[in-house]
Amino acid sequence: MSSVDTEPPARKNKLSLRVRLRRDRSLLLMTVPAVALLLVFNYVPLFGLLTAFQDYNPLVGVWNSEWVGLAQFEALFGDSLFWGSLTNTLYLSFVQLILFFPIPIALALLLNSVLSERLRNLIQSIAYLPHFFSWVLAITIFQQMFGGAGLLNQFLRSNDISTWDIMTNPDTFVLLITSQAIWKEAGWSIIVFLAALAAINTDLYESSAVDGAGRWRRLWHITLPGMAGVIMLMLVLRLGNALTVGFEQFLIQRQAVGHEAADVLDTFAFYYGIATNNYSYGAAAGLFKSVISLLLIWGANKLAHAFGEDGLYRK
Amino acid sequence: MTETLTIERTRDERDVTGRTAVRKRRRGKRPVWEEPPTAAGQTAKGLTLGVVVAVVLVPLWIIVVTSLSTQAAVNRAGGLVIWPTDVTFEAYRVMLGDPTVRNALLVSLGITVVGTVVSLVVSVLCAYGLSRSGSVAHRFILVLLILTMFLSGGLIPTFLVVTELGGYGQYWALILPGAVSVFNILVLRAFYSDTSADLIEAARIDGAGDWRILWSIVLPTSRAVTAVVALFYGVGYWNSFFNVMLYMPTDSEKWPLQYVLLTYVNRGNGLPGSVNSGFGSQFAQTAPLSLQMAVVVLTIVPLLLVYPFMQKHFRVGVLTGAVKG
Repeated sequence: MSSVDTEPPARKNKLSLRVRLRRDRSLLLMTVPAVALLLVFNYVPLFGLLTAFQDYNPLVGVWNSEWVGLAQFEALFGDSLFWGSLTNTLYLSFVQLILFFPIPIALALLLNSVLSERLRNLIQSIAYLPHFFSWVLAITIFQQMFGGAGLLNQFLRSNDISTWDIMTNPDTFVLLITSQAIWKEAGWSIIVFLAALAAINTDLYESSAVDGAGRWRRLWHITLPGMAGVIMLMLVLRLGNALTVGFEQFLIQRQAVGHEAADVLDTFAFYYGIATNNYSYGAAAGLFKSVISLLLIWGANKLAHAFGEDGLYRK
Repeated sequence: MTETLTIERTRDERDVTGRTAVRKRRRGKRPVWEEPPTAAGQTAKGLTLGVVVAVVLVPLWIIVVTSLSTQAAVNRAGGLVIWPTDVTFEAYRVMLGDPTVRNALLVSLGITVVGTVVSLVVSVLCAYGLSRSGSVAHRFILVLLILTMFLSGGLIPTFLVVTELGGYGQYWALILPGAVSVFNILVLRAFYSDTSADLIEAARIDGAGDWRILWSIVLPTSRAVTAVVALFYGVGYWNSFFNVMLYMPTDSEKWPLQYVLLTYVNRGNGLPGSVNSGFGSQFAQTAPLSLQMAVVVLTIVPLLLVYPFMQKHFRVGVLTGAVKG
């Protein structure tokens, strides 16, 4: 995003504001629809966060609802369901970091070593196809493969082995969620790592090979340092997003595995806010998440800077 | 946040494709200094990549084959059919003859087309409006846009705003709240800023205004990136279902395809209301498996139709960026 603000203005604006307004009126007019939409659907809701400090009543609106200070937050922090969602979120985030994060890196390395460009492109196109699927579709596919009536159990049944329903088991839900995320998004995540690999100067490989470095040493001393910046960036983004583990994925599968396993912070706001008409309570949960997330992004960036990397924004 | 992630991605992608042209020449064959691969290594590599391809393609294959199977074949297999025996299009005939699915298909297509047009027009205009450096207030507006990527009111305040504006149960509630993707505007703007300044200056001297310049110079020279952005918007609208859950959870005759898929394929429910109204007669009870799979295929087909096109433009759009940048 740095490129946005770094370019110098082409012409010096010595003209008066009135002349410039007249000159640029078409340009300004063009931005009006987008700005209007963002004001209504992004900025106005920011004021809607005030409802977190109210006992919001839809019949009287934001301005006339009763102000209750921090009461919603007190209730929230005393709610075991809320703590359950928070724990679930952090746990899922952690597991995804361990199991998901390395896979695209490994696949990118593997794919990069395929010599035929056509084959490389073909494999990549197939691998990131599921990125364009909706979660409904992705989960339906998983259900057909692993659900109670799915392919796996169909096979187990026909061989007289006891069935194994992965889709409704709360104990293995973490692994299910993570494998779905890997199936859907790992192929897409390869792109950025492949780009980093392509940016490494091949002369480095050649000269180190001439100097006697084997393939593993080249991997360790050239490839990985060359990817370090991008890996760090992705890690920072992942840490900054630790409280976001996917929303629709949980929404769709909550019914099957039960709320104890499937409630995360985002779905908490939905189920205990909108679905129960307890809007202020949900807004408080949402606000809590937003504030912590901003802190996480800020902290993760500090961390990246400490490692000498750019992170999300420069120092 | 995912959007920030994608910014970096697109920028890097330009790099990668810019360089693949170079790499093609350099890396078509194994370089002489590289040691020949071991048999074991090659096998492991082939197997891993084979698995990657298989986990995507095999489920799709099975779903398509099942959708083309007769009830007898489904019964014989005990569920999903892996190899086609007696191919029939019966499931598709029934599906397209059913008012529920036909309706949902029309709704989905409508939302996708209208939404994409709205999003694209708004984004293109805004991107061009912000792409002329030195114009009044463009920096302020840019900051206003970018801030929304970090600050959001979240689910409930947005829901309340849409509801207060009367959006509950209305189609516009599925389109307008998410119509503007700041990320897409930034991508378009980056390309528009790269349009040759000389060309634009020449047009300006010839008396062309900004609308004319956008239409006759900027748009024609950045067709590829516009297509990519349009496709991303389109896929987004086609796939969206949460807004439906939020704003029209009960009006089943307004549901798009994804929501129908969720309700009676994923959850295996009959559609609510279908018994009383005679609506969706085929789907009042759990539908036969081949029919369910036909609905799955129906949601994939449009994606597969635009996919090659998307790939092509993906590359072209990305290459243009590399050449220009």
